[in-house]
Amino acid sequence: MAGTLPISVAERRLIVTRWDLLAVLLVLGVMVFLAEASRHLLAPIADLQMTPISLDPANLPEYAARTTLRMLAALVLSLVFTFTYATLAAKNKHAELVLVPLLDILQSVPILGFISVTVVFFMSLVPGRVLGAEFAAVFAIFTSQAWNMAFSFYQSLRTVPTELVEACGVFRLSPWMRFWRLDVPFAMPQLIFNMMLSMSGSWFFVVASEAISVGNTTITLPGVGSYIALAIEQRSLVAVGWAIGTMLVVILLYDQLLFRPLVAWSDRFRYEQEAGALPPRSWVLNVLRRSGVVERLGDQLSLVWRRALPRRLLRANVKPIAARPARDDRWLVWLWTGIVIVVALFAIWQVGRFIAEGVNLAEVGKAVLLGVATLMRVVVLIAIASVIWVPIGVAIGIRPHLSNVVQPVAQFLAAFPANLLFPIAVSAIVAFRLNPDIWLSPLMILGTQWYILFNVIAGAAAIPAELRDAGTNLQVHGWLWWRKIGLPAVFPYYVTGAITASGGSWNASIVAEVATWGDVRLQANGLGAYIAVATEAGDFHRIVLGIVVMSAFVVVINRAFWRPLYWYAERKYRLG
Amino acid sequence: MSAAGLLEIDSVRQAFPRPDGGQLLVLDDVNLKLEEGEIVALLGRSGSGKSTLLRLVAGLAHPTAGSLSYLGQPITGPAPGISMVFQSFALFPWLTVLENVELGLEALHVPDAEIRQRALAAIDLIGLDGYESAYPRELSGGMRQRVGFARALVVHPNILLMDEPFSALDVLTAENLRTDFLELWSDRRLPIKGVILVTHNIEEAVLMSDRILLFSRNPGHIIEEIKVDLPQPRNRLDLRFRELVERIYVAMTARPAVAPRTAPPPERGIDAVLPRVSANLVSGLIETVAGPPYNGKADLPLIASSLHMEVDDLFPVAETLQMLRFAEIEGGDIRLTDIGKQFADAAIDDRKRLFQRQLLTYVPLAAHIRRVLQDRANHVAPKSRFLDELEDHMITESAEHTLRAVVAWARYAEAFAYDDESETFSLENPS
Repeated sequence: MAGTLPISVAERRLIVTRWDLLAVLLVLGVMVFLAEASRHLLAPIADLQMTPISLDPANLPEYAARTTLRMLAALVLSLVFTFTYATLAAKNKHAELVLVPLLDILQSVPILGFISVTVVFFMSLVPGRVLGAEFAAVFAIFTSQAWNMAFSFYQSLRTVPTELVEACGVFRLSPWMRFWRLDVPFAMPQLIFNMMLSMSGSWFFVVASEAISVGNTTITLPGVGSYIALAIEQRSLVAVGWAIGTMLVVILLYDQLLFRPLVAWSDRFRYEQEAGALPPRSWVLNVLRRSGVVERLGDQLSLVWRRALPRRLLRANVKPIAARPARDDRWLVWLWTGIVIVVALFAIWQVGRFIAEGVNLAEVGKAVLLGVATLMRVVVLIAIASVIWVPIGVAIGIRPHLSNVVQPVAQFLAAFPANLLFPIAVSAIVAFRLNPDIWLSPLMILGTQWYILFNVIAGAAAIPAELRDAGTNLQVHGWLWWRKIGLPAVFPYYVTGAITASGGSWNASIVAEVATWGDVRLQANGLGAYIAVATEAGDFHRIVLGIVVMSAFVVVINRAFWRPLYWYAERKYRLG
Repeated sequence: MSAAGLLEIDSVRQAFPRPDGGQLLVLDDVNLKLEEGEIVALLGRSGSGKSTLLRLVAGLAHPTAGSLSYLGQPITGPAPGISMVFQSFALFPWLTVLENVELGLEALHVPDAEIRQRALAAIDLIGLDGYESAYPRELSGGMRQRVGFARALVVHPNILLMDEPFSALDVLTAENLRTDFLELWSDRRLPIKGVILVTHNIEEAVLMSDRILLFSRNPGHIIEEIKVDLPQPRNRLDLRFRELVERIYVAMTARPAVAPRTAPPPERGIDAVLPRVSANLVSGLIETVAGPPYNGKADLPLIASSLHMEVDDLFPVAETLQMLRFAEIEGGDIRLTDIGKQFADAAIDDRKRLFQRQLLTYVPLAAHIRRVLQDRANHVAPKSRFLDELEDHMITESAEHTLRAVVAWARYAEAFAYDDESETFSLENPS
């Protein structure tokens, strides 16, 4: 048998298989969807008034498609932002000085605040066209996605293993090639995880950003968000139900068609494989991978991508590394720092002047007091959610068969825009004549509490079997077990979840502290309501004041509480 | 101790349900009586159920049939007088050395003052003085396992269970810890009355125990009991020590069911679980045995100690050589066949050709996959087709492992290709 056939008995023939058919269907479907949903973009804005939103459920597929497209557009924008902003921050230490803190601040600005401030600007960009309003909505969604993606990418870039960087140097890869061959792939798993988190968050705001009303500017873009706004106006619980159902389907499709395949695909970029963990799988990805047609298409695309690039970018990096003279650029740094300080002072002065023009010191005091009220709500709610979900999460996490079922459900619930449920809650508050100052509060955490749950489940599931056996062998039970084993083991995971939940609750307060149901209007005392009311009135001085105060609250709490707690947890309680 | 004995294990049997509804038998008819003042070693390859047995004794699992009793009482859960030392140390990273040691006493509701005093005594005994306030991550592997010992001893157990306690440590540290433990044990300074040691290191078993129970696989059962009546401290170079090691090698290599000499028809025999041994290891062992000083025939214990390989590392490779007929194993010796010698002398391409021939002749699964691929029009088949077939005969995990093993060999032999992204087998190499 020594002379058996060489390995290639078959030529690479283009045989159309059932995988090809499925793959072509998938790709065509996506393209038709994109074309259909973007058809209306250049229509004059008057068209919107001519075809008002209707509560007929038959319209929901189209609305859902347009909402989804906005999300997708924002995601693409966020990626572009991530690849540029975060790369600059990671590769240039002068830029890093400014860009990283700036990102930190941007992250703490309430997302709905961006809408209030920017909508007029975007409308003026493309006067009289739907596109302008779409820009505003997409930008709002973008602000709910971009920051944490950029952060994750920046952090990945800074932790690329030295060996790989040196390998790139040895093979003289140009910066452009290194970026696509090393930096991006290395950051990919973390980036995709953050994209999923971003998406979860932005479902919440897509609903809030479609029916925008700032002073005299009112826009109602066709979408699920506008549909639900109309349903609330007309007090139609049936329509709210339809919207909720649609959202469930949309999120499920997003998960199956976009994120599941992405996660499964990005698994190959994982630098350190965890032993024993099963690689993620996705049926969509399998279909695409098994299809010869898609494979060929991909080959062609990558060829075009390579050919289309300027040669200069691909050329090997021939700069001698060691010969770079050690320049004394201290004065440059000083100059740079000086410019930054001047610009910052100018910005502070501008904002201060703008606020001072419209409001007095008493108004600032009032905003701060309202901020304290909202802070109390957030603290109490996080505490209550923790007391409820941490024990439940641990109990689920240490039972693998249970956590396999509950974990995806919790993640799904986190992605579900909880503001769809507000009308139901509001009608209940009205019916039972409850105090809105107390009973509107739970709405703030309705959507964000799940972050605590699924992080704690993940933490409990990650306790090594031998560690649990050791506990059992030492007969550690009951409260002692929770105190010495269960709670410490999930603590780092809990902190991660609580940080996300707390940030989300601040953001949600703008929607949750004011709620309407038809002509009934409920309002709690808080900074969120303050911003919401100012937005409705088109009072930009108060909007900016509210946003500044809320950002300050979030930044201070993050710096003074969450960040130290996070590092303490990482240092002391992280396993392994 | 009373007549009941420290620990009695009576015809214990452990089985796990298989996905196809059948049962996977991991332990069958195991009997053991642990006497006072005795160290018993459970020695065997991985998968022989020795760790499962230890978990049963610890009360971490319950047997399917048979009974275990401790001081005459049946074991129904973790018993207060049985404590355990783990392979991975299993220390709680958020507790200091002292807190880790105290945890077991807190669980027993011992008064606070006594907790502190006993914990410090245990730390002192095991040589951890000065490390009380350190966290486990600050300690070396050897020091961590000392904490593991202190934590197990502080509750004053009657029986100490050790689950490969030295296998995660480097050679020097492991020896240092073994010697310290044996010294404390011989001086009767340990509170324990009996020890069960699970290991796959033959020399460790001979060095430490009074009695060795040899375990074999499929299903796990005791094949032989060997008394070690050498005086402590034992010398590895002592002639009687070497003889015992040699004898255990012979016993362990005699057992594996020898595959039939003739090639089985390809449809049959695909139900064997294949070891995951890389082609490099196969080549490496062939070269080692072929070269001086062995010149084609080697003593397994000698090879093992010169290569620093433990039973679990060496045996799978040796068995793969035997399966592919590159070598024969008999009486603790490994001898290259003519094909094996040819392989050792050949250049890379000829080696691959030889490997392919042996693989397709003697590994039915490889031949089967190749034949299926040749029969299909497009010479492509999904992984699930073979996985389903294998799962009729073995549990899912073993089926995955077996497929991965055969893929690795087939890649080296260029017998067929596998694409992990699309999970398909094919007869082509990427062009």
